[in-house]
Amino acid sequence: MRKHIHYGVTAAALAGVMLAASACGGTTRGDEGGSGSGSGGGPTAEADPDAEIPEGLSISYLPKQLNNPYHAVANSGGEKAVEELNGEYKEVGPSEATASSQVSYINTLSQQGSDVIVIAANDPNAVCGALNQARQAGSVVVTYDSDTKPDCRDLFINQATAEDIAKVQVEMISEQIGGEGEIAFLSATPNATNQNTWLEMMEEELAKDEYSGIEVVDTVYGNDDDQKSFNEMQALLQTHPDLAGVVSPTTVGLAAAARYLSGSDYKGEVALTGLGTPNQMREYVKNGTVEEFALWDPADLGYLAGYAGASLSAGRITGEEGQTFQAGELGEYTIAAEGEVVLGPPTVFNEDNIDDYDF
Amino acid sequence: MGPEVDTPGTPAAPAAGGERTAAARTAAPARPSRVSALLRTREASIIGALVASVLAASLLVDGFASGRNAGFLVLDIAAIALIALPMTLVIITGEIDLSVASTLGLTSAVMGQLWVMGLPLETIVPLCVLLGAVLGALNGILVTVVGLPSLAVTIGTLAMYRGLAYVVLGDRAVADFPFSWTGGATSRLPGTDIPWIALLIAVLAVVFGLVLHATPVGRSLYAIGANDEATRFSGISVRWTKLWLFVVSGTVAAGAGIFWTLQYGSARADNAFGLELSVVAAVLLGGVSIFGGRGALPGVLAGVLLLGTIRNALRLADVSSDVLNIVTGLLLVISVVLPNTLARLSERRARPAPPS
Repeated sequence: MRKHIHYGVTAAALAGVMLAASACGGTTRGDEGGSGSGSGGGPTAEADPDAEIPEGLSISYLPKQLNNPYHAVANSGGEKAVEELNGEYKEVGPSEATASSQVSYINTLSQQGSDVIVIAANDPNAVCGALNQARQAGSVVVTYDSDTKPDCRDLFINQATAEDIAKVQVEMISEQIGGEGEIAFLSATPNATNQNTWLEMMEEELAKDEYSGIEVVDTVYGNDDDQKSFNEMQALLQTHPDLAGVVSPTTVGLAAAARYLSGSDYKGEVALTGLGTPNQMREYVKNGTVEEFALWDPADLGYLAGYAGASLSAGRITGEEGQTFQAGELGEYTIAAEGEVVLGPPTVFNEDNIDDYDF
Repeated sequence: MGPEVDTPGTPAAPAAGGERTAAARTAAPARPSRVSALLRTREASIIGALVASVLAASLLVDGFASGRNAGFLVLDIAAIALIALPMTLVIITGEIDLSVASTLGLTSAVMGQLWVMGLPLETIVPLCVLLGAVLGALNGILVTVVGLPSLAVTIGTLAMYRGLAYVVLGDRAVADFPFSWTGGATSRLPGTDIPWIALLIAVLAVVFGLVLHATPVGRSLYAIGANDEATRFSGISVRWTKLWLFVVSGTVAAGAGIFWTLQYGSARADNAFGLELSVVAAVLLGGVSIFGGRGALPGVLAGVLLLGTIRNALRLADVSSDVLNIVTGLLLVISVVLPNTLARLSERRARPAPPS
């Protein structure tokens, strides 16, 4: 019997240690308020466009996952902005891009009193509670690349509006096929929200009179898988012998389609365009498979997010619609509805400018 | 003859860390020093390591020693701590349940789908708990009735349950749960920084601890882990015991799934992907033998807290998440290698000593 009691006591004692560990701070709440370094703190109620951006603002970038090449480029732009602002740049993040994996990192940043948190959310909701706690503790939250629910952040830096993305792709394909003929879409997954929005808007755009000569004959899905996209492209060309062009609004799809095209008889015959990165597409632009494609510059995205966060933290803006702020070499930006800032229309890459980009 | 008595896995000792066990140990081998005897109770060393790392982190890492951070820490490890409790019992019987994180994910997906279909959470929660029990029972039946090894069975259901989760919810997320539930999940005990889930974990830990260490059922678990053939002959139903353990494991994993979904306010098929490894790591770190028959719950709780503390402190010290994973892996390897090495060392030291 004595042994029974012994184990019970050990278990209870351990539970006690655990509770004590989390209880001990009930009295040390002091560091919650003024933990922000520099003179940052949260945005003030009134915007003061002339407010100084203090030196040493801690601006932390939280990508969807570490070692993701896209985010590495975006954050390099962020680092540049923070350097220009004489702030403290930091990049932290999980190694897996799952919904809840960013929460611990947000908590850490909030505990460290980071002035600005710039985050690309893996899930619009899972990070909400943690972000709001961080904001209560004095941090400013800017989302970039992928947004959270609007009430969990101060600003969202949008790479481009869906309208712009749809429009530029329709323009490019129309030009490349001479405004006439059959086209098809090679998308990511059937339920990828952003891709589907773009597809819908491209259809709307194509319904306009100036594009009446163009007919969409098929939409296929490569699931953002290189091999599957490659095969789908091959199948498209075989099932539609009169196909004039293909639009692939996804970087994986576009690169795989270009690879197939460049090794086939259709090279130079069938036009291909969409969204891709210069590094993935350089070879196909140079060998004549692809004429033009588009994407925003992720480095600019991170750069703009840094300036937006610093302006918020300094009180130059509060996130209200219509306020404007300077973003270094990118110039002036205006805040749209729901705290959204649009980077601008996508950049079009072709033989003339592709060597100016490295991402 | 002397040293052999104390080889690991001796079925005679029902639990490591108890007074009787410790006493039996000191008596049996040639003449180990007090220190080495103490070192060999894994629970003592793991609790020591926990205390040491909490102290070190408090002194060295800025922002660690605060109630707010401790609250973050508890919420971070909540799911792991919950699932580790039944996992300890399962591993002590010499089995393993690798499907727990997938059970969590499937529960989350079903919870989201039922919510979309318009059921009230008061109905969804018990249904999801029931689902967990059924998933656990399926594991249990495959292990006990069909007689397959649990490692193979639960690697299979790990993939299957996760696959089903994607069938149920695809890559959608359901997130419009009412704030009274999602906010409630992470709410603190009044006037403190302690999340209420800490209290639930503590209560469940005491319940599991008492069952394991203070009941005949608990003793039979150690016996099964040490030698299930012998245990069967002694009249204990090994099959029923294991079947029930898998049911409990599935049920608790489902409970953790419900908590996870509300904690993050997002039902997704990929929730807690890969969490089973963290759970097993914590349990082994806590001194439970992967071969069964050995271990104790206080050690496991200390293991969970130790992993949580180290990850939290390293993050606060701005150590990259890649390095963090390496450290976690290293800890696990050490926790498996160290006890064997210590045992071998003390044996070698004991041998040349003259028998007086």
